[in-house]
Amino acid sequence: MSVVRFTNEEMAVMSLSSLYARYGFRQFKMSKFEEYDLYAENKDFLLGSSVITFTDTNGKLMALKPDVTLSIVKSVSDTHLNTEKVYYSENVYRVDKGTHQYKELMQVGLECIGDIDLYSLSEVVMLAKKSLCEISERNILDISHMGFLNGLLDETKLSDKQKSAVIGYIREKNTIAIEQICADNFVSESVRKALVLLTGMYGPFSMKIDELKKVSCNTATDNAVKELEVIYEFLKACGCENGVNIDFSIVSDSGYYNGVVFQGFIDGVPTSVLTGGSYDNLVHKFGKDAGAVGFAVYIDLLERLMGGDKAYDVDVLLVYDCDTQLSVLAKALDKITSDGKSVRAVTNDNGNIKYRQRAEIVNGEVKLYGSDD
Amino acid sequence: MAQMINVALPKGRLGEKVLAIFEACGYDCPSIHETNRKLIFENEQAGVRYFWVKPSDVSIYVERGAADIGVAGKDILLEYAPDVYELYDLDIGKCRMAVAACKGFHDNTERTLRVATKFPNIASAFYAKKGRDIDIIKLNGSIEIAPILKMSDVIVDIVETGTTLKENNLEPIETIVPISARLISNKVSYKFKNREISQLAKAITDYCEAKK
Repeated sequence: MSVVRFTNEEMAVMSLSSLYARYGFRQFKMSKFEEYDLYAENKDFLLGSSVITFTDTNGKLMALKPDVTLSIVKSVSDTHLNTEKVYYSENVYRVDKGTHQYKELMQVGLECIGDIDLYSLSEVVMLAKKSLCEISERNILDISHMGFLNGLLDETKLSDKQKSAVIGYIREKNTIAIEQICADNFVSESVRKALVLLTGMYGPFSMKIDELKKVSCNTATDNAVKELEVIYEFLKACGCENGVNIDFSIVSDSGYYNGVVFQGFIDGVPTSVLTGGSYDNLVHKFGKDAGAVGFAVYIDLLERLMGGDKAYDVDVLLVYDCDTQLSVLAKALDKITSDGKSVRAVTNDNGNIKYRQRAEIVNGEVKLYGSDD
Repeated sequence: MAQMINVALPKGRLGEKVLAIFEACGYDCPSIHETNRKLIFENEQAGVRYFWVKPSDVSIYVERGAADIGVAGKDILLEYAPDVYELYDLDIGKCRMAVAACKGFHDNTERTLRVATKFPNIASAFYAKKGRDIDIIKLNGSIEIAPILKMSDVIVDIVETGTTLKENNLEPIETIVPISARLISNKVSYKFKNREISQLAKAITDYCEAKK
């Protein structure tokens, strides 16, 4: 029996940080604040989320971080290093979609920025899968590729607005709306079929990759398939290919993701707990000729996972009275805690504290009542 | 082992129709027809657990994963934009979202248009597209009274047959979007209960397509 009970979130933060450190990522500690301009210039990346702003002591408009990636990209692209591999665990501040109120969210994640070869890319995807495994065995990593989708959409004459509508329907797995928009805009039969296939597609990577190959129609889509295959081979070599599915409904309509994108899910959490992908476009916007790939895990979503409700506040409730000598009390407390139990000493048990065992001091000795299981 | 699918059904006439379709597809649940005060009904053999909720709440139960799947009107999906999969158009509960006003209404474009509605997001998106300045009056029911009492100029609401409008001397003036019931699924349930949900969705799709 251990006295220290870490919450799911605390355990996740520790095990993920140690996982990333093992693969040579170094921790990146950030300030809570960032100049607001950074977010104003990169609004599309944040997809319209509001930012908490304030004016600092010299009149500059500052923001509480709604996102960590932008700050890392900004700092790394200034230092011109070869390839930077960093991880972080930070709080971010965003508006909750349901309540329209600001929320503090805990994120742990990593970014790899610089010369991204196929190894670096595969490694990040592998670490995403391993992160999920650290949290729960019942996990799924869904993977898809913006390059494939964009390559397919380039074969159509759809406007940017229509393309983003198509992406919206794919996110909903709404095949009927896809059929409709293709019919309304004279999309060719082969591309229509491919889009419908992508929308409905869901299943293990090894089974679905061949379906993707069949509808691949240009160099962009061919390259995307190749990249996906290399990543999957790497996952297999690392023994983490189970529960890796192809799913295009995880694509984002933010213009910053350009290559592989992925999301992680844990059974029992109703939304994705991990999102990531390669986002070269964002790095280019910061004036650096480099690639980038990374992901973030939303730690606060793990709160409701596992364990359920805590049955007890403490292991032992020690009841003493005003006649008890403090030295006797101290000895009693020492005895209980050295047995690895948590204890709370009170003068009277008013029923507010839930405990496994009750203890009293009789003739200077501790007496325990009740079983400790 | 097959996992149970939790199904949120919309209370009311639409829900009864939906239940009939589910039952015809082999997802029956005898206990749901008993008269009692129970809220949740399950048939372990068929692998389903049903519960009735307010139609506008179906998408919330599904989005938060309390229900794996549910049936919700397109009006609700457009208004609340829940993060769910929209698997199939059941083609029942058909109606349209429309703008209606008192008979003989003339839109005076010099003034802000006052719009009474239960669907503020749909209404503002519709008028934003036109660039029209509007004042939204959010109501929770009996929308038709608003223009009669001159509280609003028009209403944005669901029109099925138009009888209620006619009886109150109102008429539809513009259709915003056609509405029908959709089979929706929680995004994560769809992954972890993929076999069960795909089977159910396919059974329902096949059944409805055959009836068309």
